[in-house]
Amino acid sequence: MKGTNLGEFEELVLLTIAALVNEAYSVGICDELTKRTGRSVKLGVVHAVLNRLEEKGLVKSKLGEATSVRGGKRKRYYTITSAGKAGLLKAKDVRDQLWSIIPDLTLKHI
Amino acid sequence: MERNENNKIEPPRLARRFLSWYCRPELLEDLEGDLNEYFERNVSTKGVAKARLIYILDVFKFLRSYIVRKPDFLNLFIQRNMIGSYVKISGRSILRNKLFSFINIAGLAVSMSVALLLISLLSDMTSYDKFHKNYERIYRIKTQSEQDKFASTSLLAGKLIKEAISGIEEIAIVYREFGGDMRVGDKIVPLFGMWANESFLKVFSFPMISGDPATALANPNSIVLTEKSAKKLFGDGDALGKTITWPDKDNEREFVVTGIIKDIPTFSHVKFDLLASLSTREVMKKTDQYEMAWDNIWNGYVYLLLPEGTDLENLQYNLSTLSAKENKTIKEATINLSLQPLSDIALGEDLNNSIGTVMVSSNVWMIGILSIIVILSACFNYTNLSIARSLRRSREVGIRKIVGALRSHVIGQFVVEAIIIALAAMCFSFVLFVLLKPFFLALNNQHKDMLVLDLSPGIILYFLLFAVCVGIAAGIVPAMYFASVNAIKVLKNISAVRGFGNMTVRQVLIIIQFTVSLTFIASTIIGYKHYKQILASDLGFDTENVLNIALAGNNSARLKKELLEMPEVIDVSTSQIVTSVGNYYGTMMHYADPKDSENTHFNTIDERYLPLHGHKLLAGRNFIAQADSAAESEVIVNEKVLKRFNIRGQDPLKAIGEIVDVDGKKLQIIGVMKDYHYGKSIDTEMNEVIFRYSPSSTGYINAKIVSKDLPTTLSKIETAWKKIDPVHTFSATFYDDEIERSYNDFSSRIKIIGYLSFLAICIAFIGLLGMVIFTTETRTKEISIRKVLGASIGNLIYLLSKNFIFLLGISMLIAIPLTYSFFAEYALSYYAESAPPALAELTGGLLAILGLTLTMICAQTIKVANSNPAEVLKNE
Repeated sequence: MKGTNLGEFEELVLLTIAALVNEAYSVGICDELTKRTGRSVKLGVVHAVLNRLEEKGLVKSKLGEATSVRGGKRKRYYTITSAGKAGLLKAKDVRDQLWSIIPDLTLKHI
Repeated sequence: MERNENNKIEPPRLARRFLSWYCRPELLEDLEGDLNEYFERNVSTKGVAKARLIYILDVFKFLRSYIVRKPDFLNLFIQRNMIGSYVKISGRSILRNKLFSFINIAGLAVSMSVALLLISLLSDMTSYDKFHKNYERIYRIKTQSEQDKFASTSLLAGKLIKEAISGIEEIAIVYREFGGDMRVGDKIVPLFGMWANESFLKVFSFPMISGDPATALANPNSIVLTEKSAKKLFGDGDALGKTITWPDKDNEREFVVTGIIKDIPTFSHVKFDLLASLSTREVMKKTDQYEMAWDNIWNGYVYLLLPEGTDLENLQYNLSTLSAKENKTIKEATINLSLQPLSDIALGEDLNNSIGTVMVSSNVWMIGILSIIVILSACFNYTNLSIARSLRRSREVGIRKIVGALRSHVIGQFVVEAIIIALAAMCFSFVLFVLLKPFFLALNNQHKDMLVLDLSPGIILYFLLFAVCVGIAAGIVPAMYFASVNAIKVLKNISAVRGFGNMTVRQVLIIIQFTVSLTFIASTIIGYKHYKQILASDLGFDTENVLNIALAGNNSARLKKELLEMPEVIDVSTSQIVTSVGNYYGTMMHYADPKDSENTHFNTIDERYLPLHGHKLLAGRNFIAQADSAAESEVIVNEKVLKRFNIRGQDPLKAIGEIVDVDGKKLQIIGVMKDYHYGKSIDTEMNEVIFRYSPSSTGYINAKIVSKDLPTTLSKIETAWKKIDPVHTFSATFYDDEIERSYNDFSSRIKIIGYLSFLAICIAFIGLLGMVIFTTETRTKEISIRKVLGASIGNLIYLLSKNFIFLLGISMLIAIPLTYSFFAEYALSYYAESAPPALAELTGGLLAILGLTLTMICAQTIKVANSNPAEVLKNE
């Protein structure tokens, strides 16, 4: 089915959501990705990806409690759905399989 | 990150508002939060300015398809059931607040009545000439001479355009003033029309009943009749091919009827009973040099029918080249031709010599602007009162918002309410419109001749559309106001929304309203005073009880005799024209030096004219009765003539006996009279005037009448007229009435402005009344407590009304200097004999209005101040 395949960045975002557990909201994800990947991740891109993932049903979101920071605006927290989990596992599976068939010597000499 | 609460740096407001405007509501909160978080971070790392810039850029970056909301108005229409609810709620609110609704409906209704008149007037005016098939492609040639602009042009211009300029489909050439007593056998019917060339019926599509439009006006001595004139001349029989006799000045001429057209529609700028072929005139005037002169621009009209897609600029260039070339053939004049589309004729610029009546568009726009001001004033009332009542309505809005109404829903609610009020007002104003229509049509000749003001479905649609527009204009400000109400604040603490929070805006509105109405009133007072002044101004002769009877070509002697037999008629004289009402006759005159000649105004009179009108002779004598056959030999001149030609050192006594040349005749000056107003008294200073003698002129009989029973006398004179001339209708007007009628334009404008200012002041008045009532009502408790604590009634009245008095004072301070300077500097400055507007009367009139308003305010405040505090406080 078209659209169930995860793009590279989608996969990263999805993984970050899973990793951050209950603290996964847009800015948080953005910061985490910047920290882990070392590249500057734009909020607009993350926002668009989150929106797309939610449309695909891979994540779901709900608004948190209002706090005094952020001008009193609530955060939208994302959690991974079972479909999301399946997608991630499938992606990992594909990678693991590919890794497993690489002969040890191939990478050593590069 | 620690941040001082009181010193919080906010992201740019405009960008934030833009974001919340375009963003879907469900996405807005966290997105805004995210941007805020980044902003706060950027403030501490990159500085405020840069953080703001990044925020603004980010707002634009988020403008993506999945974030942008669907348009709200769409929602409004999708949710039709909401409109039902708006209507229901609006109905309830209108009924609950009868005073509020009454003030608004009444104000809007009276102001809209004027607009309805204007709409139907515009609809009439814009439908002029539309019945011509080639409406869009017909242009008229207008003439600009060095002094003035004319709708007419020379016959030569038409001929030259035909010869020299290519690419024109047809050229219609018209010469006005054909007609008179047309005769068929023994039957005489006065009919009037124009000379027209053969293209006339091709350019204009007047439907033909019989005859060939292409050739009907080609040959000399052809005549085309309208259906009505054919019936008058020939009864029900067939008129085609029959002959009609036309009495020319010197000889009679026979015309053959070559065509009959349908009657001219009301909405045609040219109106005529008959058309004679222009080729007839060409034959008649073959030897007349002036007929085809380039500067004979007074009576000819040229209409062009252009092919589709003509380059107008190029055509105009050709016309200018042609004018430049022809200007060399004449002395001391430059004449320029230009194009005027057919759509600009009936309602267009102010041109001299216009064919038939036209309406000057600037006049219509002036009335339009004034009525828009009046309507806005009524809209101000609505706005003011709605916001004043916000105390009551904002709770409702709060609940709506909490239940889930969007901004657009609240706006919708209030706009619908205003539209309903406007539609209700429209029903009343329609009744007013029907009542006002006859008065408006009778206001001046222009209206009578040009307008019908009939209702059609299209007009009604315009009316409704207009009412909706007014509703939106009135409702949009309160709607915005209520839409911005903060639901939580309203419900938590009603006093958070002070009912009079937005005081400054409303103060400004009231000041504007009163300034406008006071200016209107002041203008009317000045205008009316000026009008009366003009009518009362001394013309230099006596017009009282003089009845001018148009002779319509009859010999004066018989009627004169009949009149003198009546005891009521004291004296009778004859004159060629009635002067001082805008009629002019001019002729060339010179004294010793033939090169120094001047176009001098004149009137031809008999020997009774001067004493009857009380003209004062400074020297010499009056004319002496002479036989009809005697050659003209004498002239009476005024002082200005002596001055102009410097006759014998300008001494009246010495000038007697001098010979002047008038119209090629050597005439002896037998009398010098005092200067008088030959033109209208407001127009210019007095000019050179001469009186020539003719014992039997064919213009007017001036009868001095003293009668206790005027109607009987008039009917007696009419009976005498009928005996002498059964064909022409009796037309007689008293001199004073005729003068008054010559200022018809002026007086009708005053009447319109007067009516508008009456409306303006009424609207401002009831608006203020509403404000006072609401203010005092909301403050009853305060007043009661003040009373209990010992405030006197005087104190309370002062307390309640000082604000309003202050506002009225300000608007008066603005209005008086404004009006005064407008009239002193601009409006009246070009009239010769006008005194500057009297400041005392002006202020007096305005003070009367202010007095009335203050009485109203006091009456209302006294009512509240007199209320029993125990009653009021017990009820809470």
